[in-house]
Amino acid sequence: MSRQQILDAIRKNKPELVAAPVPFQYLSMGEDLAPAFVAALEKVGGVVVILKERSDIAATVQEHYQEMTRIADFVNHPRNSNQALLHDAASIEVAVLEGQLGVAENGAIWMQESDCISRALPFITQHLVLVLDKKKLVASMHGAYAQIDTTKEGFGVFIAGPSKTADIEQSLVIGAHGAKSLLVLLIG
Amino acid sequence: MSFTHHSHPDAAKDFVQNTERMKWHDEALWFVRAKRDRIAHTVPDWEELRNQASAIKQHTLSNLDVYLQQFEEQAIAHGVQVHWAADAREHNEIVLKLLNQVGAKKIVKSKSMLTEECHLNPWLEQHGIEVVDTDLGERIVQLRKEPPSHIVLPAIHIKKEEVGELFHEFLGTEEGASDPQYLTNAAREHLRQKFLAADAAITGVNFAIAETGGFVVCTNEGNADLGAHLAKMHIACMGIEKVIPKTADLGVFLRLLARSATGQAITTYSSHFLKPAQGTEMHIVIVDNGRTTQLGREAFRNSLKCIRCGACMNTCPVYRRSGGHSYHNAVAGPIGAILAPNIDMKEYADLPFASTLCGSCSDVCPVKIDIHNQLYQWRQELTREGYAPAGKKMAMKMMGNVLASPKKYSFSGKLARKLLKWFPKLSVNGRLNPWGRQRDLPDVPEQSFREWYQQQSSQKQSR
Ligand code: SF4
Repeated sequence: MSRQQILDAIRKNKPELVAAPVPFQYLSMGEDLAPAFVAALEKVGGVVVILKERSDIAATVQEHYQEMTRIADFVNHPRNSNQALLHDAASIEVAVLEGQLGVAENGAIWMQESDCISRALPFITQHLVLVLDKKKLVASMHGAYAQIDTTKEGFGVFIAGPSKTADIEQSLVIGAHGAKSLLVLLIG
Repeated sequence: MSFTHHSHPDAAKDFVQNTERMKWHDEALWFVRAKRDRIAHTVPDWEELRNQASAIKQHTLSNLDVYLQQFEEQAIAHGVQVHWAADAREHNEIVLKLLNQVGAKKIVKSKSMLTEECHLNPWLEQHGIEVVDTDLGERIVQLRKEPPSHIVLPAIHIKKEEVGELFHEFLGTEEGASDPQYLTNAAREHLRQKFLAADAAITGVNFAIAETGGFVVCTNEGNADLGAHLAKMHIACMGIEKVIPKTADLGVFLRLLARSATGQAITTYSSHFLKPAQGTEMHIVIVDNGRTTQLGREAFRNSLKCIRCGACMNTCPVYRRSGGHSYHNAVAGPIGAILAPNIDMKEYADLPFASTLCGSCSDVCPVKIDIHNQLYQWRQELTREGYAPAGKKMAMKMMGNVLASPKKYSFSGKLARKLLKWFPKLSVNGRLNPWGRQRDLPDVPEQSFREWYQQQSSQKQSR
């Protein structure tokens, strides 16, 4: 009932149809996007390591999170070998996941549900490692939306840095509710 | 958690009296405004982005019924249940009914100004449901039994020592501790327990996409996601104006939102919800609550373009010096002062007068709402309708009379400079101007600008 009432009120009160603007003409950023991407991520508290080979991933993660034992590495290991860890996701210390695409202007990395393994994982893990192929960088959010398909899966997220807050007197604190740190391994 | 004052100057009184705190608040917000400026200047197509965002919203408002239906159809096709609420009461009833259906008793909620506007929390609490606000700033004000004072920075009016005392009382942190890192960590531990135990999660919606039926929620803390992904039920509440036509439009809005809000390039998390996860329910409540009326008010229709970035508050000289609570409305600041009288002209008649009309708000607004212009138009409308605050009405009549005649204007200027010199408290601190009770005017110049100008040019000529 309210549905009809609301739609009727809109029809009655809306202005005459204004055409949609032409799609946004965005500027390009040049060829090598990695430096901008790295700078954007570092600005928001992320750590970036550039690796030549994917075979260096496991060792780099170990080196960064030396004290941690509950590491769920979904990039090097199949999903089922981490099943026990996933059962008690709140106790996972480090999750290693693969990102689909990175945005140079803001350091955001796009992940869909299957990349997250479970929707909650990138948020509930204490620390997050995202692996990203250097070739998968785009300049801006416009370029990102031109490439990704948000209808392919039930959930997707851009992640730009570790979780943070400045709600107490505007002082930046890294590690609010989501991951306390973000390590991005840029491959290539 | 409701407002006790009903007029802006009265409500601002305590805030303004504490000069030190007012200065601190003013500077904290100006700091955010400066960050916004810095990052906006690094985006070469910033002005084009603002134009585009404004045009997309303009188009959407002119086709709103079609886009809402398209959004609904797509969302249902993806297994999401869609509900419509004409007003705050219906919104609250729908949410309660959904929670009761699954016996949900413990709710985690991420930031949603709409649920503030509808006073959802007290309603749910009355019905035996625990609601925990999970955004850190919102949790702070919730524990203090206060409403948020800012739409993006809910606890901007509170000092870290006060948060320390509050957390000592409620979360058992060390007495006297006020380190933000330590306090944030304590809140993290406290709220993790709440996330893990929650039966249902409520979130707001930043953008709803007609083309796909999906919706986007932006946070820095990750609280919306932890809530929504861990609970069996996710209820997302949105005003009708949140819909945008296409996914590609998100490129424009996400580039503008966080830069305008806090000076970040993007929020940490921009989450795109499309379908419920296996074994869970996802609901969307689409709310009118006066928005269709605003759509019909030609002069104020543009206020529905608002993406709730808060930039107009951070820059507003009145907001910065009077604090969010003085607006006695869920949305404070310049945009709140346009939205509130639409809902209740009498109750909020004071708000459009709580502005200097300096226009700084319109300059920073990412969707180019002509905010100061609309405030000015509200003043006229409210005066016409007989709701304008008494002191303002008389002053405006006199001013209109004087401003209309150059002779009277120049004479009254002379007179005023004399009068102010002799009775400096007359205009600012007089009974008719409640704003001035805690303030003094600067010294009065000997000459008017016009006199000075004439003198300068005659000096030039004689040179
Ligand atoms: S009116 Fe404009 S500046 Fe103010 S909150 Fe809305 S979008 Fe931001």
